[in-house]
Amino acid sequence: MIKAEHLTKRFGLATAIEDVSFEVGKGEILGFLGPNGAGKTTTMRILAGFFPATQGIAVVAGYDVFKQPLDVKRRVGYLPENPPLYSEMKVDSYLRFVATINGVAKSKIETQLEKVKQRCGLADHGKRLIKHLSKGYKQRVGLAQALIHDPEVLILDEPTIGLDPKQIIEVRELIKSLAGRHTIILSTHILPEVSMTCQRVIIINEGRIVAMDTPENLTSRLQGGELIEVEAAGDVERVHGLFKDIPQIRNVSVGPPSNGHFILTINVEGKEEVRHLISRRMIEAGLNLYQMKVQTMTLEEIFLKLTTREEGAA
Amino acid sequence: MRNFLAILKKELQALFVSPIAYVVLAVFFAVGGYFFYIIMSSLVNQAIEMGFRYQQMGAPPPPIDMPFLVMRNFFGILSTILLFLIPMITMAAFAEEKRRGTMELLATSPITNTQLILGKFAAVLVFLLVMLAPTLLNTLLLYLYSEPSFPLAPVLVGYLGAFLLGGALLSVGLFVSSLTENQIVAAVVTFGIFIVLWVIDATAGMESSLTNETIKYLSVLNHYEDFTKGVLDTQHLVFYLSFIFLGLFLTSTSLDSAKWRQ
Repeated sequence: MIKAEHLTKRFGLATAIEDVSFEVGKGEILGFLGPNGAGKTTTMRILAGFFPATQGIAVVAGYDVFKQPLDVKRRVGYLPENPPLYSEMKVDSYLRFVATINGVAKSKIETQLEKVKQRCGLADHGKRLIKHLSKGYKQRVGLAQALIHDPEVLILDEPTIGLDPKQIIEVRELIKSLAGRHTIILSTHILPEVSMTCQRVIIINEGRIVAMDTPENLTSRLQGGELIEVEAAGDVERVHGLFKDIPQIRNVSVGPPSNGHFILTINVEGKEEVRHLISRRMIEAGLNLYQMKVQTMTLEEIFLKLTTREEGAA
Repeated sequence: MRNFLAILKKELQALFVSPIAYVVLAVFFAVGGYFFYIIMSSLVNQAIEMGFRYQQMGAPPPPIDMPFLVMRNFFGILSTILLFLIPMITMAAFAEEKRRGTMELLATSPITNTQLILGKFAAVLVFLLVMLAPTLLNTLLLYLYSEPSFPLAPVLVGYLGAFLLGGALLSVGLFVSSLTENQIVAAVVTFGIFIVLWVIDATAGMESSLTNETIKYLSVLNHYEDFTKGVLDTQHLVFYLSFIFLGLFLTSTSLDSAKWRQ
Protein backbone atom coordinates (compact mmCIF):
# COMPACT_ATOMS: atom_id res chain seq x y z
CA MET A 1 0.00 0.00 0.00
CA ILE A 2 2.85 2.31 0.88
CA LYS A 3 6.29 1.93 -0.53
CA ALA A 4 9.23 4.20 0.20
CA GLU A 5 12.41 3.62 -1.72
CA HIS A 6 15.67 5.29 -0.75
CA LEU A 7 14.00 8.50 0.36
CA THR A 8 16.40 11.32 1.07
CA LYS A 9 15.45 14.86 2.00
CA ARG A 10 17.89 17.71 2.33
CA PHE A 11 17.15 21.21 3.51
CA GLY A 12 20.01 23.21 2.13
CA LEU A 13 23.04 21.54 3.63
CA ALA A 14 21.20 19.75 6.40
CA THR A 15 20.05 16.23 5.72
CA ALA A 16 16.72 15.44 7.36
CA ILE A 17 16.41 11.83 6.22
CA GLU A 18 18.82 9.64 4.34
CA ASP A 19 18.07 6.52 2.33
CA VAL A 20 14.85 5.59 4.09
CA SER A 21 13.19 2.51 2.57
CA PHE A 22 10.23 0.53 3.85
CA GLU A 23 6.95 -0.99 2.82
CA VAL A 24 3.58 -1.12 4.50
CA GLY A 25 1.04 -3.73 3.50
CA LYS A 26 -2.67 -3.13 3.13
CA GLY A 27 -4.45 -2.87 6.45
CA GLU A 28 -1.25 -2.79 8.45
CA ILE A 29 -0.37 -0.33 11.21
CA LEU A 30 3.21 0.83 11.10
CA GLY A 31 4.75 2.80 13.93
CA PHE A 32 7.51 5.32 13.49
CA LEU A 33 9.54 5.60 16.62
CA GLY A 34 12.32 8.04 17.17
CA PRO A 35 13.48 10.99 19.24
CA ASN A 36 12.44 14.49 18.30
CA GLY A 37 14.13 15.68 15.14
CA ALA A 38 14.85 12.16 13.91
CA GLY A 39 13.03 12.66 10.62
CA LYS A 40 9.63 11.17 11.39
CA THR A 41 7.71 14.29 10.38
CA THR A 42 9.82 14.75 7.25
CA THR A 43 9.13 11.20 6.11
CA MET A 44 5.41 11.60 6.73
CA ARG A 45 5.26 14.93 4.97
CA ILE A 46 6.85 13.38 1.89
CA LEU A 47 4.34 10.53 1.91
CA ALA A 48 1.44 12.97 2.32
CA GLY A 49 2.68 15.03 -0.61
CA PHE A 50 3.43 18.17 1.39
CA PHE A 51 6.88 18.44 -0.13
CA PRO A 52 8.86 16.28 -2.53
CA ALA A 53 11.85 14.17 -1.54
CA THR A 54 15.28 15.23 -2.73
CA GLN A 55 15.90 11.66 -3.86
CA GLY A 56 13.98 8.44 -3.90
CA ILE A 57 10.49 7.32 -4.76
CA ALA A 58 7.37 7.15 -2.64
CA VAL A 59 4.37 5.20 -3.87
CA VAL A 60 1.11 5.41 -1.94
CA ALA A 61 -1.99 3.41 -2.87
CA GLY A 62 -0.43 2.61 -6.22
CA TYR A 63 0.36 6.19 -7.21
CA ASP A 64 3.67 7.99 -7.27
CA VAL A 65 3.48 10.83 -4.76
CA PHE A 66 5.57 13.12 -6.92
CA LYS A 67 4.06 12.33 -10.32
CA GLN A 68 0.40 11.87 -9.40
CA PRO A 69 0.01 13.99 -6.28
CA LEU A 70 -3.75 14.54 -6.58
CA ASP A 71 -4.48 10.81 -6.88
CA VAL A 72 -2.42 10.20 -3.77
CA LYS A 73 -3.91 13.07 -1.78
CA ARG A 74 -7.44 11.86 -2.49
CA ARG A 75 -6.58 8.56 -0.83
CA VAL A 76 -4.58 9.83 2.11
CA GLY A 77 -5.81 11.30 5.36
CA TYR A 78 -3.08 13.28 7.04
CA LEU A 79 -2.88 14.60 10.56
CA PRO A 80 0.15 16.89 10.91
CA GLU A 81 1.99 17.33 14.17
CA ASN A 82 0.03 20.49 14.89
CA PRO A 83 -3.57 19.92 13.85
CA PRO A 84 -4.26 22.33 10.96
CA LEU A 85 -7.32 24.11 12.30
CA TYR A 86 -9.09 27.34 11.45
CA SER A 87 -9.74 28.62 14.92
CA GLU A 88 -12.49 31.01 13.88
CA MET A 89 -14.57 28.20 12.37
CA LYS A 90 -17.07 25.93 14.04
CA VAL A 91 -16.20 22.25 14.19
CA ASP A 92 -18.99 21.30 11.76
CA SER A 93 -18.22 23.91 9.15
CA TYR A 94 -14.51 23.13 9.37
CA LEU A 95 -15.12 19.44 8.80
CA ARG A 96 -17.52 20.19 5.95
CA PHE A 97 -14.86 22.36 4.33
CA VAL A 98 -12.23 19.63 4.60
CA ALA A 99 -14.72 17.07 3.28
CA THR A 100 -15.48 19.24 0.26
CA ILE A 101 -11.89 19.89 -0.72
CA ASN A 102 -11.19 16.19 -0.32
CA GLY A 103 -13.88 15.37 -2.83
CA VAL A 104 -16.56 13.84 -0.59
CA ALA A 105 -19.81 13.84 -2.57
CA LYS A 106 -22.26 16.49 -1.42
CA SER A 107 -24.90 13.89 -0.57
CA LYS A 108 -22.47 12.01 1.66
CA ILE A 109 -20.98 14.92 3.58
CA GLU A 110 -23.55 14.97 6.39
CA THR A 111 -23.40 11.21 7.02
CA GLN A 112 -19.60 11.26 6.94
CA LEU A 113 -19.62 14.22 9.31
CA GLU A 114 -21.82 12.43 11.84
CA LYS A 115 -19.76 9.27 11.52
CA VAL A 116 -16.38 10.84 12.21
CA LYS A 117 -17.75 13.01 14.99
CA GLN A 118 -19.13 9.89 16.63
CA ARG A 119 -15.85 8.07 16.17
CA CYS A 120 -13.72 10.90 17.51
CA GLY A 121 -15.98 11.76 20.42
CA LEU A 122 -17.03 15.10 19.01
CA ALA A 123 -20.76 14.42 18.72
CA ASP A 124 -21.69 17.27 21.08
CA HIS A 125 -19.08 19.70 19.84
CA GLY A 126 -20.22 20.43 16.29
CA LYS A 127 -21.46 23.92 17.09
CA ARG A 128 -18.43 24.98 19.09
CA LEU A 129 -15.85 27.36 17.77
CA ILE A 130 -12.56 25.56 17.35
CA LYS A 131 -10.66 28.26 19.24
CA HIS A 132 -12.75 27.53 22.33
CA LEU A 133 -11.83 23.85 22.39
CA SER A 134 -9.22 22.38 24.71
CA LYS A 135 -6.00 20.96 23.29
CA GLY A 136 -7.32 17.42 23.51
CA TYR A 137 -10.45 18.26 21.60
CA LYS A 138 -8.47 20.16 18.99
CA GLN A 139 -6.43 17.01 18.50
CA ARG A 140 -9.67 15.07 18.01
CA VAL A 141 -10.86 17.55 15.41
CA GLY A 142 -7.51 17.07 13.68
CA LEU A 143 -8.06 13.33 13.69
CA ALA A 144 -11.64 13.74 12.46
CA GLN A 145 -10.33 15.92 9.64
CA ALA A 146 -7.98 13.14 8.53
CA LEU A 147 -10.80 10.58 8.57
CA ILE A 148 -13.56 12.61 6.95
CA HIS A 149 -13.09 11.30 3.41
CA ASP A 150 -12.65 7.70 4.55
CA PRO A 151 -9.14 7.44 3.09
CA GLU A 152 -7.38 4.19 2.30
CA VAL A 153 -4.21 5.44 3.94
CA LEU A 154 -3.90 7.36 7.18
CA ILE A 155 -0.76 9.22 8.10
CA LEU A 156 -0.85 10.37 11.69
CA ASP A 157 1.96 12.46 13.13
CA GLU A 158 1.94 12.01 16.90
CA PRO A 159 -1.81 11.44 17.15
CA THR A 160 -1.97 11.17 20.92
CA ILE A 161 0.08 14.22 21.80
CA GLY A 162 -1.69 16.61 24.14
CA LEU A 163 -4.38 14.17 25.16
CA ASP A 164 -5.14 13.11 28.72
CA PRO A 165 -4.56 9.44 29.63
CA LYS A 166 -8.19 8.49 29.12
CA GLN A 167 -8.30 10.13 25.72
CA ILE A 168 -5.01 8.51 24.77
CA ILE A 169 -6.53 5.09 25.39
CA GLU A 170 -9.60 6.05 23.37
CA VAL A 171 -7.56 7.28 20.45
CA ARG A 172 -5.41 4.15 20.49
CA GLU A 173 -8.54 2.03 20.45
CA LEU A 174 -9.87 4.12 17.60
CA ILE A 175 -6.67 3.67 15.60
CA LYS A 176 -6.70 -0.07 16.22
CA SER A 177 -10.30 -0.28 15.09
CA LEU A 178 -9.36 1.44 11.85
CA ALA A 179 -6.75 -1.18 10.96
CA GLY A 180 -7.70 -3.66 8.30
CA ARG A 181 -9.80 -1.25 6.31
CA HIS A 182 -7.24 1.50 6.47
CA THR A 183 -3.49 1.33 6.19
CA ILE A 184 -1.96 3.44 8.91
CA ILE A 185 1.39 5.01 9.57
CA LEU A 186 1.75 6.76 12.88
CA SER A 187 4.67 8.36 14.58
CA THR A 188 5.34 8.70 18.24
CA HIS A 189 8.13 8.98 20.71
CA ILE A 190 6.21 7.09 23.36
CA LEU A 191 7.33 3.47 23.38
CA PRO A 192 4.35 1.68 24.93
CA GLU A 193 2.14 3.33 22.38
CA VAL A 194 3.89 1.50 19.62
CA SER A 195 3.60 -1.88 21.27
CA MET A 196 -0.08 -1.29 21.93
CA THR A 197 -1.16 -0.18 18.51
CA CYS A 198 1.33 -1.14 15.84
CA GLN A 199 1.98 -4.37 14.00
CA ARG A 200 5.40 -3.25 12.90
CA VAL A 201 7.82 -0.67 14.15
CA ILE A 202 10.48 1.37 12.47
CA ILE A 203 12.98 3.02 14.74
CA ILE A 204 14.47 6.05 13.11
CA ASN A 205 17.26 8.24 14.32
CA GLU A 206 19.14 11.11 12.72
CA GLY A 207 17.33 10.50 9.48
CA ARG A 208 18.19 6.82 9.15
CA ILE A 209 16.28 3.66 9.88
CA VAL A 210 18.09 1.84 12.68
CA ALA A 211 15.66 -1.00 13.26
CA MET A 212 12.55 -2.50 11.75
CA ASP A 213 10.72 -5.23 13.65
CA THR A 214 7.45 -6.32 15.12
CA PRO A 215 6.69 -4.97 18.57
CA GLU A 216 6.34 -8.61 19.74
CA ASN A 217 9.95 -9.19 18.86
CA LEU A 218 10.91 -6.02 20.59
CA THR A 219 8.86 -6.69 23.68
CA SER A 220 9.86 -10.34 23.86
CA ARG A 221 13.13 -8.93 25.00
CA LEU A 222 11.23 -7.80 28.03
CA GLN A 223 9.37 -11.00 28.79
CA GLY A 224 11.80 -13.80 29.51
CA GLY A 225 13.65 -15.07 26.52
CA GLU A 226 17.03 -13.81 25.59
CA LEU A 227 18.65 -11.83 22.93
CA ILE A 228 22.04 -12.93 21.83
CA GLU A 229 24.11 -10.41 20.02
CA VAL A 230 26.84 -11.84 17.86
CA GLU A 231 29.55 -9.87 16.18
CA ALA A 232 30.91 -11.67 13.15
CA ALA A 233 32.55 -11.12 9.80
CA GLY A 234 32.42 -12.90 6.47
CA ASP A 235 29.73 -13.57 3.91
CA VAL A 236 26.46 -12.35 5.42
CA GLU A 237 24.47 -14.47 2.98
CA ARG A 238 25.58 -17.64 4.76
CA VAL A 239 23.68 -16.66 7.88
CA HIS A 240 20.34 -17.27 6.17
CA GLY A 241 18.84 -20.53 7.31
CA LEU A 242 21.90 -21.38 9.35
CA PHE A 243 19.99 -21.83 12.61
CA LYS A 244 16.76 -23.12 11.11
CA ASP A 245 16.84 -26.46 12.89
CA ILE A 246 17.47 -25.05 16.37
CA PRO A 247 13.91 -24.91 17.77
CA GLN A 248 14.68 -22.42 20.53
CA ILE A 249 15.68 -19.71 18.08
CA ARG A 250 12.72 -17.54 17.21
CA ASN A 251 14.34 -15.33 14.61
CA VAL A 252 17.58 -13.79 13.51
CA SER A 253 18.07 -10.26 12.31
CA VAL A 254 21.14 -8.84 10.69
CA GLY A 255 22.21 -5.35 11.60
CA PRO A 256 23.95 -2.91 9.30
CA PRO A 257 27.60 -3.81 8.68
CA SER A 258 30.42 -1.58 9.89
CA ASN A 259 34.13 -2.12 9.16
CA GLY A 260 33.28 -5.43 7.51
CA HIS A 261 31.73 -6.74 10.71
CA PHE A 262 28.05 -7.30 11.14
CA ILE A 263 25.91 -7.80 14.17
CA LEU A 264 23.43 -10.65 14.42
CA THR A 265 20.62 -10.29 16.88
CA ILE A 266 19.28 -13.73 17.72
CA ASN A 267 16.01 -14.02 19.57
CA VAL A 268 15.97 -17.13 21.76
CA GLU A 269 12.95 -18.57 23.49
CA GLY A 270 13.32 -19.77 27.06
CA LYS A 271 16.49 -19.91 29.07
CA GLU A 272 18.08 -22.95 27.50
CA GLU A 273 21.71 -22.55 26.53
CA VAL A 274 22.19 -22.40 22.77
CA ARG A 275 25.32 -20.31 22.48
CA HIS A 276 27.57 -23.29 21.85
CA LEU A 277 25.32 -24.35 18.95
CA ILE A 278 25.40 -20.88 17.46
CA SER A 279 29.14 -20.51 17.63
CA ARG A 280 29.77 -23.95 16.16
CA ARG A 281 27.37 -23.36 13.27
CA MET A 282 28.92 -20.07 12.45
CA ILE A 283 32.48 -21.30 12.42
CA GLU A 284 31.47 -24.31 10.35
CA ALA A 285 29.89 -21.92 7.87
CA GLY A 286 33.21 -20.15 7.48
CA LEU A 287 32.23 -17.02 9.40
CA ASN A 288 34.60 -15.38 11.83
CA LEU A 289 33.23 -14.93 15.30
CA TYR A 290 34.41 -11.95 17.32
CA GLN A 291 31.99 -11.44 20.14
CA MET A 292 28.91 -12.99 21.61
CA LYS A 293 26.86 -11.59 24.44
CA VAL A 294 23.51 -12.08 26.04
CA GLN A 295 21.26 -9.09 26.30
CA THR A 296 18.26 -8.49 28.40
CA MET A 297 16.98 -5.06 27.59
CA THR A 298 13.86 -3.12 28.07
CA LEU A 299 12.27 -1.53 25.06
CA GLU A 300 13.50 1.81 26.31
CA GLU A 301 17.02 0.48 26.45
CA ILE A 302 16.79 -0.96 22.97
CA PHE A 303 15.51 2.31 21.74
CA LEU A 304 18.22 4.28 23.45
CA LYS A 305 20.90 1.89 22.34
CA LEU A 306 19.81 1.94 18.73
CA THR A 307 19.53 5.67 18.67
CA THR A 308 22.72 6.47 20.53
CA ARG A 309 24.83 3.97 18.63
CA GLU A 310 23.97 5.90 15.52
CA GLU A 311 25.00 9.11 17.21
CA GLY A 312 28.36 7.66 18.16
CA ALA A 313 29.00 6.56 14.59
CA ALA A 314 28.20 9.94 13.13
CA MET B 1 -15.12 24.33 -9.55
CA ARG B 2 -16.31 22.74 -6.35
CA ASN B 3 -12.93 23.21 -4.74
CA PHE B 4 -12.79 26.79 -5.92
CA LEU B 5 -16.17 27.53 -4.37
CA ALA B 6 -15.21 25.78 -1.14
CA ILE B 7 -12.08 27.92 -0.84
CA LEU B 8 -14.02 31.06 -1.75
CA LYS B 9 -16.63 30.38 0.90
CA LYS B 10 -14.04 29.60 3.55
CA GLU B 11 -12.05 32.74 2.69
CA LEU B 12 -15.09 34.99 2.84
CA GLN B 13 -15.98 33.49 6.18
CA ALA B 14 -12.45 34.12 7.41
CA LEU B 15 -12.42 37.69 6.08
CA PHE B 16 -15.73 38.66 7.60
CA VAL B 17 -15.12 37.24 11.05
CA SER B 18 -11.83 39.10 11.37
CA PRO B 19 -11.94 42.52 13.01
CA ILE B 20 -9.48 43.80 10.39
CA ALA B 21 -12.20 43.60 7.74
CA TYR B 22 -14.53 45.84 9.72
CA VAL B 23 -11.81 48.32 10.57
CA VAL B 24 -10.88 48.52 6.89
CA LEU B 25 -14.51 48.99 5.88
CA ALA B 26 -15.16 51.60 8.55
CA VAL B 27 -12.03 53.59 7.69
CA PHE B 28 -12.81 53.35 4.00
CA PHE B 29 -16.38 54.60 4.38
CA ALA B 30 -15.41 57.38 6.78
CA VAL B 31 -12.48 58.68 4.74
CA GLY B 32 -14.24 58.16 1.41
CA GLY B 33 -17.37 59.94 2.63
CA TYR B 34 -15.37 62.78 4.11
CA PHE B 35 -13.47 63.38 0.89
CA PHE B 36 -16.63 63.18 -1.17
CA TYR B 37 -18.08 65.93 0.99
CA ILE B 38 -14.92 68.05 0.75
CA ILE B 39 -14.66 67.69 -3.02
CA MET B 40 -18.31 68.45 -3.51
CA SER B 41 -18.45 71.49 -1.25
CA SER B 42 -15.23 73.03 -2.52
CA LEU B 43 -16.27 72.58 -6.14
CA VAL B 44 -19.68 74.09 -5.44
CA ASN B 45 -18.05 77.07 -3.71
CA GLN B 46 -15.69 77.58 -6.59
CA ALA B 47 -18.57 77.45 -9.06
CA ILE B 48 -20.55 80.01 -7.10
CA GLU B 49 -17.58 82.37 -6.88
CA MET B 50 -16.97 82.02 -10.58
CA GLY B 51 -20.61 82.75 -11.26
CA PHE B 52 -20.38 85.97 -9.23
CA ARG B 53 -17.26 87.12 -11.05
CA TYR B 54 -18.82 86.59 -14.45
CA GLN B 55 -21.96 88.41 -13.28
CA GLN B 56 -19.86 91.41 -12.19
CA MET B 57 -18.31 91.47 -15.65
CA GLY B 58 -21.79 91.32 -17.10
CA ALA B 59 -21.24 88.04 -18.91
CA PRO B 60 -23.31 84.85 -18.44
CA PRO B 61 -21.45 82.20 -16.37
CA PRO B 62 -19.94 79.38 -18.45
CA PRO B 63 -21.56 75.96 -18.01
CA ILE B 64 -19.74 73.70 -15.54
CA ASP B 65 -20.13 69.92 -15.64
CA MET B 66 -20.39 69.54 -11.90
CA PRO B 67 -21.11 65.77 -11.66
CA PHE B 68 -18.18 65.06 -13.96
CA LEU B 69 -15.76 67.09 -11.87
CA VAL B 70 -16.98 65.64 -8.60
CA MET B 71 -16.82 62.05 -9.78
CA ARG B 72 -13.43 62.48 -11.38
CA ASN B 73 -11.92 63.92 -8.23
CA PHE B 74 -13.68 61.34 -6.13
CA PHE B 75 -12.27 58.45 -8.17
CA GLY B 76 -8.83 60.02 -7.81
CA ILE B 77 -9.16 60.02 -4.03
CA LEU B 78 -10.62 56.52 -4.10
CA SER B 79 -7.46 55.14 -5.71
CA THR B 80 -5.32 56.70 -2.98
CA ILE B 81 -7.45 55.22 -0.21
CA LEU B 82 -7.25 51.80 -1.90
CA LEU B 83 -3.47 52.12 -1.95
CA PHE B 84 -3.48 52.37 1.84
CA LEU B 85 -6.13 49.79 2.64
CA ILE B 86 -5.56 46.94 0.20
CA PRO B 87 -2.39 45.67 1.94
CA MET B 88 -4.58 45.07 5.01
CA ILE B 89 -6.97 42.91 3.01
CA THR B 90 -4.42 40.60 1.46
CA MET B 91 -1.76 40.42 4.16
CA ALA B 92 -3.28 37.37 5.84
CA ALA B 93 -4.16 35.43 2.69
CA PHE B 94 -1.22 33.02 2.66
CA ALA B 95 0.95 34.29 5.50
CA GLU B 96 -1.62 33.34 8.12
CA GLU B 97 -2.20 29.88 6.57
CA LYS B 98 1.51 29.23 6.83
CA ARG B 99 1.82 30.56 10.36
CA ARG B 100 -0.90 28.41 11.84
CA GLY B 101 -0.02 25.34 9.79
CA THR B 102 -3.22 25.15 7.78
CA MET B 103 -1.13 25.42 4.63
CA GLU B 104 -0.19 21.84 5.43
CA LEU B 105 -3.87 20.89 5.21
CA LEU B 106 -4.37 22.69 1.91
CA ALA B 107 -1.12 21.37 0.45
CA THR B 108 -2.00 17.77 1.27
CA SER B 109 -5.58 18.01 0.03
CA PRO B 110 -6.43 17.10 -3.55
CA ILE B 111 -6.78 20.69 -4.71
CA THR B 112 -4.60 22.49 -7.21
CA ASN B 113 -2.72 25.71 -6.56
CA THR B 114 -4.84 27.35 -9.25
CA GLN B 115 -8.06 26.51 -7.42
CA LEU B 116 -6.58 27.75 -4.18
CA ILE B 117 -5.27 31.03 -5.61
CA LEU B 118 -8.37 31.79 -7.66
CA GLY B 119 -10.55 31.03 -4.64
CA LYS B 120 -8.60 33.43 -2.49
CA PHE B 121 -8.47 36.07 -5.21
CA ALA B 122 -12.22 35.85 -5.80
CA ALA B 123 -12.77 36.29 -2.06
CA VAL B 124 -10.74 39.51 -1.86
CA LEU B 125 -12.49 40.78 -5.02
CA VAL B 126 -15.83 40.23 -3.31
CA PHE B 127 -14.50 42.18 -0.37
CA LEU B 128 -13.45 44.98 -2.72
CA LEU B 129 -16.99 45.06 -4.13
CA VAL B 130 -18.36 45.29 -0.62
CA MET B 131 -16.07 48.27 -0.09
CA LEU B 132 -16.96 50.02 -3.33
CA ALA B 133 -20.67 49.34 -3.52
CA PRO B 134 -21.86 51.65 -0.71
CA THR B 135 -20.03 54.60 -2.30
CA LEU B 136 -22.63 54.35 -5.06
CA LEU B 137 -24.88 56.09 -2.55
CA ASN B 138 -22.78 59.24 -3.01
CA THR B 139 -23.30 59.00 -6.74
CA LEU B 140 -26.99 58.47 -6.22
CA LEU B 141 -27.22 61.70 -4.19
CA LEU B 142 -25.36 63.52 -6.90
CA TYR B 143 -27.71 62.04 -9.48
CA LEU B 144 -30.83 62.99 -7.60
CA TYR B 145 -29.84 66.62 -7.09
CA SER B 146 -28.15 67.48 -10.39
CA GLU B 147 -30.06 69.45 -12.97
CA PRO B 148 -30.05 68.40 -15.77
CA SER B 149 -29.42 64.77 -14.87
CA PHE B 150 -26.19 63.24 -16.09
CA PRO B 151 -25.59 59.92 -17.87
CA LEU B 152 -24.70 57.09 -15.53
CA ALA B 153 -22.52 55.09 -17.92
CA PRO B 154 -19.33 57.18 -17.37
CA VAL B 155 -19.75 56.77 -13.61
CA LEU B 156 -19.99 53.02 -14.01
CA VAL B 157 -16.86 53.07 -16.15
CA GLY B 158 -15.15 54.90 -13.30
CA TYR B 159 -16.25 52.16 -10.92
CA LEU B 160 -14.99 49.53 -13.32
CA GLY B 161 -11.65 51.33 -13.29
CA ALA B 162 -11.55 51.38 -9.48
CA PHE B 163 -12.44 47.68 -9.43
CA LEU B 164 -9.71 46.78 -11.93
CA LEU B 165 -7.12 48.93 -10.19
CA GLY B 166 -8.12 47.30 -6.89
CA GLY B 167 -7.93 43.85 -8.47
CA ALA B 168 -4.44 44.52 -9.77
CA LEU B 169 -3.29 45.71 -6.35
CA LEU B 170 -4.94 42.71 -4.67
CA SER B 171 -3.04 40.33 -6.93
CA VAL B 172 0.23 41.96 -5.86
CA GLY B 173 -0.87 41.67 -2.23
CA LEU B 174 -1.60 37.95 -2.61
CA PHE B 175 1.81 37.39 -4.16
CA VAL B 176 3.62 39.17 -1.33
CA SER B 177 1.58 37.30 1.26
CA SER B 178 2.65 34.00 -0.30
CA LEU B 179 6.29 34.90 0.34
CA THR B 180 6.18 35.23 4.10
CA GLU B 181 4.74 33.80 7.28
CA ASN B 182 4.31 37.20 8.85
CA GLN B 183 1.23 39.29 8.12
CA ILE B 184 2.85 42.56 9.09
CA VAL B 185 5.83 41.93 6.83
CA ALA B 186 3.42 41.13 4.01
CA ALA B 187 1.47 44.35 4.58
CA VAL B 188 4.55 46.58 4.75
CA VAL B 189 6.19 45.08 1.67
CA THR B 190 2.93 45.25 -0.29
CA PHE B 191 2.57 48.89 0.67
CA GLY B 192 6.15 49.57 -0.41
CA ILE B 193 5.52 48.03 -3.83
CA PHE B 194 2.33 50.07 -4.20
CA ILE B 195 4.19 53.30 -3.51
CA VAL B 196 6.72 52.43 -6.20
CA LEU B 197 3.93 51.62 -8.64
CA TRP B 198 2.31 54.96 -7.73
CA VAL B 199 5.31 57.19 -8.33
CA ILE B 200 7.08 55.19 -11.05
CA ASP B 201 5.69 57.77 -13.47
CA ALA B 202 7.87 60.48 -11.97
CA THR B 203 11.07 58.54 -12.56
CA ALA B 204 10.52 58.67 -16.32
CA GLY B 205 12.26 61.51 -18.13
CA MET B 206 10.53 64.02 -20.35
CA GLU B 207 11.88 62.94 -23.73
CA SER B 208 10.11 60.01 -25.36
CA SER B 209 12.57 57.14 -25.36
CA LEU B 210 11.63 53.47 -25.20
CA THR B 211 12.66 53.26 -21.52
CA ASN B 212 10.60 56.27 -20.58
CA GLU B 213 7.58 55.00 -22.47
CA THR B 214 7.90 51.62 -20.78
CA ILE B 215 8.14 53.15 -17.34
CA LYS B 216 5.11 55.31 -18.02
CA TYR B 217 3.22 52.30 -19.28
CA LEU B 218 3.92 50.48 -16.02
CA SER B 219 2.32 53.19 -13.91
CA VAL B 220 -0.93 51.77 -12.59
CA LEU B 221 -2.33 55.29 -12.21
CA ASN B 222 -1.82 56.32 -15.84
CA HIS B 223 -4.14 53.57 -16.91
CA TYR B 224 -6.67 54.59 -14.30
CA GLU B 225 -6.95 58.19 -15.58
CA ASP B 226 -9.17 57.43 -18.54
CA PHE B 227 -11.58 55.39 -16.44
CA THR B 228 -12.08 58.33 -14.07
CA LYS B 229 -13.02 60.45 -17.07
CA GLY B 230 -15.59 57.85 -18.03
CA VAL B 231 -13.61 56.65 -21.03
CA LEU B 232 -13.44 52.94 -21.61
CA ASP B 233 -10.31 52.03 -23.55
CA THR B 234 -9.45 48.37 -24.21
CA GLN B 235 -5.75 49.24 -23.88
CA HIS B 236 -6.26 49.85 -20.17
CA LEU B 237 -8.48 46.82 -19.76
CA VAL B 238 -5.73 44.68 -21.26
CA PHE B 239 -3.17 46.31 -18.99
CA TYR B 240 -5.08 45.56 -15.79
CA LEU B 241 -6.10 42.06 -16.79
CA SER B 242 -2.55 41.12 -17.73
CA PHE B 243 -1.30 42.77 -14.53
CA ILE B 244 -3.70 40.61 -12.50
CA PHE B 245 -2.66 37.53 -14.44
CA LEU B 246 0.99 38.26 -13.73
CA GLY B 247 0.31 38.77 -10.01
CA LEU B 248 -1.57 35.49 -9.71
CA PHE B 249 0.99 33.65 -11.80
CA LEU B 250 3.79 34.86 -9.51
CA THR B 251 1.75 33.71 -6.52
CA SER B 252 1.44 30.27 -8.03
CA THR B 253 5.17 30.14 -8.76
CA SER B 254 5.93 31.23 -5.23
CA LEU B 255 3.72 28.48 -3.74
CA ASP B 256 5.33 25.89 -6.00
CA SER B 257 8.85 26.91 -5.12
CA ALA B 258 8.04 27.07 -1.40
CA LYS B 259 7.44 23.34 -1.61
CA TRP B 260 11.06 22.83 -2.56
CA ARG B 261 12.52 25.33 -0.14
CA GLN B 262 10.83 24.11 3.02
